[in-house]
Amino acid sequence: MLSKEQLQSYWRENRNLMYLVLVIWALVSYGAALISGWLNKIVIFGFPLGYYMGAQGSLIVFLLLIIFYSKKMNEIDKKYGVEEE
Amino acid sequence: MTQEAFVSRLKKVYSIYTGGLILLLILLGIGEKLFGLSPAFIGYVFLFGTIAVYAAIGIISRTGKVAEYYVAGRRVPAVFNGMATAADWMSAASFIGMAGALALQGYNGLAFIMGWTGGYVLLGVLIAPYLRKFGAYTVPDFLDARYGGKFPRFIGIIATIIVSFTYLVGQITGVGIIASRLLGLPFEVGVFLGLIGILVCSFLGGMRAVTWTQVAQYIVLIIAYLIPVTVLSFKYTGNPISQISYGFALQGIEQKFAQLREDPKEKEVREIHKKKAEELKAKIAALPQSWEEGKKELEAKLASLPPDDPSRAELEKKLKEYPKSPQEAKEKWTKAMKEAEAASKPPKSYVAPPSDAKGMINFLALTLMLMLGTAGLPHVIMRFYTTPTVREARSSAAWALFFILLLYLTAPAYAAFGRYEMLNLVGKAFSEMPSWVEKWAQVGLITINDLNGDGIIQFAEIKIHPDMVVLATPEIAGLPYVIAGFVAAGGLAAALSTADGLLITISNAISHDLYYKIINPNLSPSTRVKIGKALLLVVALIGAYVASFRLAIIVELVAWAFSLAASSLFPALVLGIWDKRTNKYGAMAGMIVGLGVTIAYLIASRFYGFELFGIKTIAAGIFGMPLNFIVTFVVSRLTPPPPKEIQEFVDNIRYPKGAVKAGAEE
Repeated sequence: MLSKEQLQSYWRENRNLMYLVLVIWALVSYGAALISGWLNKIVIFGFPLGYYMGAQGSLIVFLLLIIFYSKKMNEIDKKYGVEEE
Repeated sequence: MTQEAFVSRLKKVYSIYTGGLILLLILLGIGEKLFGLSPAFIGYVFLFGTIAVYAAIGIISRTGKVAEYYVAGRRVPAVFNGMATAADWMSAASFIGMAGALALQGYNGLAFIMGWTGGYVLLGVLIAPYLRKFGAYTVPDFLDARYGGKFPRFIGIIATIIVSFTYLVGQITGVGIIASRLLGLPFEVGVFLGLIGILVCSFLGGMRAVTWTQVAQYIVLIIAYLIPVTVLSFKYTGNPISQISYGFALQGIEQKFAQLREDPKEKEVREIHKKKAEELKAKIAALPQSWEEGKKELEAKLASLPPDDPSRAELEKKLKEYPKSPQEAKEKWTKAMKEAEAASKPPKSYVAPPSDAKGMINFLALTLMLMLGTAGLPHVIMRFYTTPTVREARSSAAWALFFILLLYLTAPAYAAFGRYEMLNLVGKAFSEMPSWVEKWAQVGLITINDLNGDGIIQFAEIKIHPDMVVLATPEIAGLPYVIAGFVAAGGLAAALSTADGLLITISNAISHDLYYKIINPNLSPSTRVKIGKALLLVVALIGAYVASFRLAIIVELVAWAFSLAASSLFPALVLGIWDKRTNKYGAMAGMIVGLGVTIAYLIASRFYGFELFGIKTIAAGIFGMPLNFIVTFVVSRLTPPPPKEIQEFVDNIRYPKGAVKAGAEE
């Protein structure tokens, strides 16, 4: 069992991680959509960047975010000695 | 069996299965080439062959145990749960409709691509690990435990049933359409076959059987989705990886569109559409007289023709299709007018975002609703109860999105190639139309009429159904029929797997949440499973019965499910985990307000033309969802905090095993 302070700091770390993930999540989807007209001026291999972000770019970031979150949480669990086998 | 031995056996079984599938494809391909197997024969092999395999898995996985029936024994490894979740999640709409919608709508269609994937971030970070830690069977189970009592559970049951049932009817309709297209059977027979296909997977083994068939269905649908577009990409560019090769098509589309905007022949056809729209507008304004006059005119024309006149048949058909009432006329003519109006406008850029603020607001609102709805759909959440640990629930969300992305990253390529190919038709003579156009014109998925009578195809003369894009790609790529048949089998797998997940969610909400937890808690485990199975049968029959009417509104209702889930269940789940102060009163008030406001906006905007800030019906939840959050937050703080047991319950789901005093897990 963890002490009250440990529990609090465990949850704080988790919460900060959650905020970080959601900020990036919002930036690559909604943020990119809002400036997509401007991003479309950048064209890479035929792909206008604004369109690309909506079609594939944001999706790839979504996947990386979940992987990142899941890895980080495992580390946090380990740090507090409560990891699952 | 240990978990490790179990995993290695699963890997072996599904590898053999995938190998068998590819072998079958090759054998049928050889059969078609050498022995001229007919398309109908190939269609039957795919339809009955795949359903037989799903049924076999269903029978092998039969069970009478509660934990197996509801959560597949909680030992589904993360990778396999990821595949099952992907199949559970991706419906006929993802498989057949989405790429087409993207092809027709351009940038606006991206709301579906981002919306239906971004929700997994929310699910994986905000919800899934905690519900797995809680470790019950259903979403209402969580609401009951967190908010204390039968009333929260009851609202959860209502929300679950509303959301899942409309979705289920949509899937059964999809199965009927695919089966009828694949084999040329009547729609009702297709629905009946679909019903059997769904029941054989779920009836005997509940969640356990559904899980293992969903994995099998995922493998079918993803191979079927990837083959045609990979070949087409290779043909165009020499690069088989369609996901990175379609940039040239985007550029081609933009150039062609720019040219078409100025083309005089196109302008001529757009003028014709414009006139037609104005005529229809006048007719709608003159209802109901215009409806009566139109009917009389047709009848008089028919009566004036001699009985052997060849043009009679066409006129009779017209009369048969004529609206039955002034109301129906209004609905039909308004739709036709809107289509004509859209066709009368010069083509908009394929890659540019909506140019006006209203359009952008609706785009963002729709994307948000689809994301939050995804994270609040009970049949998706349920899947995360089946993993062995919290850790695996987290990585399972990543695997699920990975398997979903294999399809979603490909859809934009399908869309761009489809659009590009349609534009290649423009400027051709009607006499040199490729054979795939004629084939799909027969079933009404594409119509090309020479409106200005110049014998040349204009862009504004082409009308395409979204489903056309994925279905026609095998032929556009010049592949044998066996691949087209396999694509249909993939669509079938997508619809069946989603229907299975929904069916079990609904029957559990009634048998477990309503009957066992509220009405009669003294049931033995074996009776609980038996009641679950009986309800499964009943719900499936009702679903198929409703689907057999083939109501036009069903497709729209499926989209409503996202707004409903986002504005009812999502806030209650998220706040239940992340805000300790949220109590029963807040959550109840929030859910009722959220659901109420959303339903009101859905109805007002769909049937009475009401609109706020440019928000369309499909994104209706954008008002109810934030209201739910605000009401829950405020009411919770005006009423007493949740009791100590509930606070402990929240601690118990927040912290991993061993961090706090362990709670009971069923």
